[in-house]
Amino acid sequence: MRLVNIRPTRRNAVLLGLAPLLLLVLAYLIASASRHAINPADKILPTPAAMAAAMYSLVAVPDPLSGDLLFWADTAASLSRLGLGLGISTLSALIVGLVLGLIPGVRATFGPLVTIIAVIPPIALLPILFIIFGLGEAAKVALIVIGILPFMIRDIAAHVEALPAEQLVKAQTLGASSWQLALRVALPQAMPRLIQAVRLSLGPAWVFLISAEAIASDVGLGYRIFLVRRYLSMDIILPYVAWITLLAIVMDWALQQVSKRGFAWSHAR
Amino acid sequence: MNALLSLKNVWVEYGDKVVLERVDLDIAEHSFVSIIGPSGAGKSTLLRLLLGQEAPTRGRILLDGQPLKPECGPDRGVVFQRYSVFPHLDARHNVLFGLECAQAPLLGRLFGAARRRALAEADAMLVAVGLGDNGHVYPAQMSGGMQQRLAIAQALVKKPRLLLLDEPFGALDPGIRADMHVLISRLWREQGLTIAMVTHDIGEAFALGTRVLTLDKRRNDPHAPHRFGATAVYDIALDRKRATQIAGVSSITIDENDNN
Repeated sequence: MRLVNIRPTRRNAVLLGLAPLLLLVLAYLIASASRHAINPADKILPTPAAMAAAMYSLVAVPDPLSGDLLFWADTAASLSRLGLGLGISTLSALIVGLVLGLIPGVRATFGPLVTIIAVIPPIALLPILFIIFGLGEAAKVALIVIGILPFMIRDIAAHVEALPAEQLVKAQTLGASSWQLALRVALPQAMPRLIQAVRLSLGPAWVFLISAEAIASDVGLGYRIFLVRRYLSMDIILPYVAWITLLAIVMDWALQQVSKRGFAWSHAR
Repeated sequence: MNALLSLKNVWVEYGDKVVLERVDLDIAEHSFVSIIGPSGAGKSTLLRLLLGQEAPTRGRILLDGQPLKPECGPDRGVVFQRYSVFPHLDARHNVLFGLECAQAPLLGRLFGAARRRALAEADAMLVAVGLGDNGHVYPAQMSGGMQQRLAIAQALVKKPRLLLLDEPFGALDPGIRADMHVLISRLWREQGLTIAMVTHDIGEAFALGTRVLTLDKRRNDPHAPHRFGATAVYDIALDRKRATQIAGVSSITIDENDNN
């Protein structure tokens, strides 16, 4: 049988998908054990026990200075920044994208501006944001918004613009006003696309969040890993990276479920 | 002849390219006008004029004696070859859409008793096009024929003065096309519609129409072919044949509720 025609069953597909992950973990364990056999004080590839011990003090032991459980304080701070940035971006992208995509006059006026803003590297604007908003929460949220909003706007606007002309003409012959076109024709069809745009923006949003936290912050997942880097604390960095990965996967999965449940028609074919 | 729609000396030009020239046309109420012609003869342009998607360069278009606004409106319904149903709404709500637009300008949605009344109207229209059992089906799960039935129901629920069909059956299988011919003939008869249909299929044009218009260029300059536009070169009334054909159609047993 040809290779392209051999399809794994559902169960086998799960097992096949797990195999490289398990191999990676195994390779790490072997490498870690062999380094520790040579140098028991090795910090570069900490053993699982060392990671658990280091994380226990962050997860369950209050920090002597602030009295906080640092791991949870970091998670809460980062997620609230990320959530705020994503929320502002999503809502603005929906409204601006709809208007840009639907109304030719607005598109002609603001389309080029959005295109230009979209090509500015957001990190290059970070100093400006720090100058304008100070070093507080606003600058970090603003970096996320500036980083992902132009892409999302362009994506939604392009999607709305690409709705078949026949559909818009048809709606008008059924008596729809511009407002009703936006509300009943364009908005519901933009929603699944918006969720896709948010899913695609999650990666960049995390990048901007961690960058902003690394540069100026006193709490947050990105702040913590850049802080402990000075002490070569791989036993904290690695679990933090795993935790960030897990959060990102859960968010992506949740968004996909929302899209499938709420907009089943767009997953029909 | 009591003209529902009149075109008076209508020209359409794009730059120095003349697409339609000197089109004078009266379309009577309750007529079924088929529009045929070679590719590029301005059939679609004529339809866009009637639809209000574009305005004539010169000349006037009157609907019920009033000048036509160059914008689509609910007095003219349309069914395109494709993409004229909303993929995010099921069949019922596709039909309901037109009623909601008229009655709920701000929210675009009806509630309570008004909604129940409108839904009853939409359901009746779905039954009329043979989609009575498919109210909750989304267009993506429908065949091409069902989608066109839905598009027709959507348009007819607004009781348009003029129904425009742009190659509505061009993408369908021959068997389903025959079913659709029966459907549109029956609806035209029962609801007293006025229909203008653009088609590539000459057989279809003559089988359905009470009048066949052929668009083509009367004159041709080989050195500047774009300088002469098309106009109605043949205008054939089929009134007598029509009566016998309708009698013939209704005597054949046809499953009008099939879901092709």
